[in-house]
Amino acid sequence: MSDNQTSLTPNTREIDITKKTVKMQVSATDKIISTIIYILFSLFAFICVYPFYSIIINTISANDLSAKGEIIFWPKGIHFQNYIDVFKIPGLGNAFMISLGRTVIGTLLTVGASAFLGFMFAQEDMWGKKFWYRFTIITMFFNAGIIPWYLTMRSLHLTDNFLAYILPSVVAPFFIILVKTFVEATPKELQQAASIDGAGIFTIFYKIILPISKPILATVAIFSAVNQWNSFQDTLLLVTDSKLYSLQFILYNYINQASSLSTMVNLQNAGSTAMATLATKQTSTSIRMTVTIIVVAPILLVYPIFQRFFVKGIIIGAVKG
Amino acid sequence: MRSETMRSQSMRSNSFRKFLYISPFMLLLAVFAYYPLYGWVYAFFDYTPPIPLSQSEFVGFKWFHSLVENQVKIDQLMQVIWNTFGISGLGILFSWLPMIFAIFLTEIKAVRFRKFIQTVTTLPNFISWVLVYSLAFSMFSSEGMVNGFLHMTGLTDSPTMFLQSSEHVWWTMWAWATWKTLGWSAILYIAAIMGIDESLYEAAYVDGATRMQVIRHVVLPSMMPTYFVLLMLQIASFLNNGLEQYFVFQNAFNKDTIQVLDLYVYNLAMGGGSYSVSVAISMLKSVISVVLLFSVNGLSKMLRGEGIV
Repeated sequence: MSDNQTSLTPNTREIDITKKTVKMQVSATDKIISTIIYILFSLFAFICVYPFYSIIINTISANDLSAKGEIIFWPKGIHFQNYIDVFKIPGLGNAFMISLGRTVIGTLLTVGASAFLGFMFAQEDMWGKKFWYRFTIITMFFNAGIIPWYLTMRSLHLTDNFLAYILPSVVAPFFIILVKTFVEATPKELQQAASIDGAGIFTIFYKIILPISKPILATVAIFSAVNQWNSFQDTLLLVTDSKLYSLQFILYNYINQASSLSTMVNLQNAGSTAMATLATKQTSTSIRMTVTIIVVAPILLVYPIFQRFFVKGIIIGAVKG
Repeated sequence: MRSETMRSQSMRSNSFRKFLYISPFMLLLAVFAYYPLYGWVYAFFDYTPPIPLSQSEFVGFKWFHSLVENQVKIDQLMQVIWNTFGISGLGILFSWLPMIFAIFLTEIKAVRFRKFIQTVTTLPNFISWVLVYSLAFSMFSSEGMVNGFLHMTGLTDSPTMFLQSSEHVWWTMWAWATWKTLGWSAILYIAAIMGIDESLYEAAYVDGATRMQVIRHVVLPSMMPTYFVLLMLQIASFLNNGLEQYFVFQNAFNKDTIQVLDLYVYNLAMGGGSYSVSVAISMLKSVISVVLLFSVNGLSKMLRGEGIV
């Protein structure tokens, strides 16, 4: 991908054109406006990044300095004891596995279903296609409400059940629209040719549609993975069994009760290893921040790799709505 | 002739087979998106959790009446509706922000800087509200960084209770939502800007237009259809603020001003065990939302000749 292709506007090209034909008027007001734009955007970018940055430097700084609010721009007294201690907290490793599990399994199923349904809804002949497509899309705009939803899940015995994290999100209308739009934009001849050669619907799907739909499926995959990883409401409503707590839910609990946790961790450490110094002694703040970083880290790591990709994906989908 | 009827028959069975392939998914949808509508019957029964619905008493519209039974309840519901309107209203009032963001972002000619800004400002969209709250807590709680900083620089003696105040809650909720979604919402507008016919720009420049004039007379008018569609969708989901943001930010101090309909329904049922009343409110909310959606759709058809749904 060259810079020209990913450039978001045609502006750069236009300026070249205008330079050749007429001398573009760059007035003093234009310059002032440009400067203001740069300053405002830089400021907003700073506001978007700083909270993450500041928490990271706080978790690796001396906890006593951090507690006093002295870590603003640079870490001081760097140590990694916070991470070692936090991973010892019972239940956290389990929650990590739950979050990871639902993200992996949920994403695979959602991507598979979105790909297949998007492909099927792009078929011209299907019994009641129009009806079933609407049947699917309407659910984007309409739902019964959280309490009827909760009561339904309870009557299906999906409370305190891992499947509750996965099954409801398998059919995702928005992703289906994205794939359908994409498939409809591919040449019809591809499918026709395969069909004449005797390929069945599954062969066409597997051998032709899946490989060419990779870009859009990657977009769907990353969205759905982020949704699964971030999901909090379903644990809140449906789960009482602590074995099924997700990382987000644990974090929420820690924010509200971190002080008792820090006492626990410090007691544990006092018994086993050498006495924690002031710098590594856990405070409620240090625990909370460390867990925050553990929860946000996967997103921070994956995000820069996929960002360009899914911006394109959403634009592909947005063209037709 | 005969082969043709055979072909059409086989095509028909083929088309039904195609439906059979998607039927398991339609079943899932029926169970998780349509079956919950059945839960609305709870609004018409005197339901208390351990007793099954079959043994609960049918009470008709009792719970709907109970919402407006006395002044205290009316006041409470009015406050919740007022909050919902306030928070959604602020969102709609500033719904042009992503558009302006996109327009000025695409005006930036330094490609690297522009990409950097875009990457960084869409990041908050990908973290959960729990994480947003955790960031907010680290920054703004009484022992958070902002208070630490204020204390260090001697600007204040006692910590300011940013999160535990009932004042300006609508604004802070709006601010967090904007922080989280602004960069992301701008993407649709960026897509729309990419679609503008280049000859329009060229014509404007040849006519000697300044950059601000180009924005005003070329870019902005081209953005209006996108803006209009998104505004309509936002109006249609006026009552659906969602639960998570307000749930994580709620506390004993800001409860009165942060309780939007979704949170109120949750608190009533999960906190107070009043399932039937909650379902009644949920139900009213869904019905009003659908009416809103169709009115807005109709309005859109009338004004622009095409609907949004």
